[in-house]
Amino acid sequence: MSEKVRHHWIVRVTHWLNAIAFTLMVGSGLRIFNAYPSFHRKGETFCCWPFEGTPAPVWLTFGSFLGSARQWHFAMMWVLVVTGIVYVAFIYLHGEWRELVPRRGDLRDAWQMIRFYVSQRPDHPTHGKHNALQKATYFVMPFVAAVIVLTGIAVWKPVSLGWLTAIFGGYVWARYWHFMGMLTLVLMSVVHVFMVISVDPYSVRSMLTGGHSDRLSPIARNARPFRNLFPKRKASSEHAEPESP
Amino acid sequence: MSRNPHASPALRRAALAAVDRAVHAFESRDGTERARSADATSPAVSSRRAFLQVSASSLAAGLLAACGSNGPDSAGRLLTFAGKQNEKVERWLFRHTAMNHGSPGAFVAKNQFPRYFISDTVPLWNVATRGEWALEVTGLVKTPLRLDLAALMAMPSTRQRVDHFCVEGWNAVAEFRGVRMREIAKLAGVLPQAAYVDFQSFDKNYHESWDMESAMHPQTLVVYGKEETMLSPAYGAPTRVHSPVKLGYKNTKYLTRIAFMAERNGGYWTDNGYDWYGGT
Repeated sequence: MSEKVRHHWIVRVTHWLNAIAFTLMVGSGLRIFNAYPSFHRKGETFCCWPFEGTPAPVWLTFGSFLGSARQWHFAMMWVLVVTGIVYVAFIYLHGEWRELVPRRGDLRDAWQMIRFYVSQRPDHPTHGKHNALQKATYFVMPFVAAVIVLTGIAVWKPVSLGWLTAIFGGYVWARYWHFMGMLTLVLMSVVHVFMVISVDPYSVRSMLTGGHSDRLSPIARNARPFRNLFPKRKASSEHAEPESP
Repeated sequence: MSRNPHASPALRRAALAAVDRAVHAFESRDGTERARSADATSPAVSSRRAFLQVSASSLAAGLLAACGSNGPDSAGRLLTFAGKQNEKVERWLFRHTAMNHGSPGAFVAKNQFPRYFISDTVPLWNVATRGEWALEVTGLVKTPLRLDLAALMAMPSTRQRVDHFCVEGWNAVAEFRGVRMREIAKLAGVLPQAAYVDFQSFDKNYHESWDMESAMHPQTLVVYGKEETMLSPAYGAPTRVHSPVKLGYKNTKYLTRIAFMAERNGGYWTDNGYDWYGGT
């Protein structure tokens, strides 16, 4: 048991606020999307989306009708933006960014993690706070989020902030990148949740209370998806950790 | 645009039952909880786990219950508050110098431009029953006006290629011809206490009220022509309001009256849960 909490309380609070806000943003956003589940401008065609006209499944949407979905979307966006800014400012000022920025060797380490996960390597690669795949994901996520927020503002205010809309290639493309950014972040979040469940469920505790135990870490358990979810019952003496005084 | 929640009833029932269970579990702890909190020196550490479990399950159940519905009713006030704050932000961002030029490079939608009205059939002005059509300009003005089509067309005209942004998410490029609202306001002599403008129509009771700044934007027109022809009944003839600075639903078609007012008076979609400002 480490003396220091694994995640600072600011990180824990912003993580859960963001999880709620992002879920509601995706749900209400898909309800808004379903009002016009296409990207083409009227009288034109659109090159780059194979599912023009196909709405999102209703069970994924949030908001009883377009107007209420918009109300939710435009309220929750502030929660998302404020928690995002607090989080990024905190990890910058508090030094946590050091655990996340890419470094030389990360690609090699990421490749080794993939090999381990597909059982091409027997032992879990060692790493700092996060493994190389986590690091890359957590590093990219805030940038994708920033693109989503900026394209969202571009779609919201295409005249008042027409210059911003123009940066993203105009209204149609801003709307497209807003959607694709969402898909990217949803995909990352789904993989994240899958890995939490299948590899490191103990990290939920770290994200709630900050507490963690090295004995339960994925490295100590040599954990792959759905493998070694529980720590080895008989810990040999040379691997046993000394109790903290 | 149905307002009916479409969550499956079984799912909702299950979710609401889960909320009940969570609340009950929490309430049954209430006695011990209160006893503990009365003693400020004894932190209720052992109850924290239970509290977290109850909160987590309530939250999950609450989210599930809210799925596909309008969410919890208590959120309504919060949403209204957020909406008011957003309107302040939008009005702060608004500039008469921020113009739209109809997505350079995009095709003019022409007859692909969607037709839309709330009546069952295309609203037509019946001269036999209603007399010659004329646009009334009333309310807080020095000189109330009645402008027939000829009078409007005699005023300084503007032709503009602009985007039309629909609340649903689509946009379309059109070329509109008409008179700037600011010209009409000048002609009528709008009084200083006028802060809002209501655009009324003969498409049933359709109307939408606007803030004065948006109505006086140089691209806000009373439109009588679209591309090379006069505005057709499918698109709001004889005249409609059009401005790229407002979402489609704010741009009343089939105009009958423009009323300058001290207070806003909602609108057709505004009264049905869509934001009043509806700005772009």
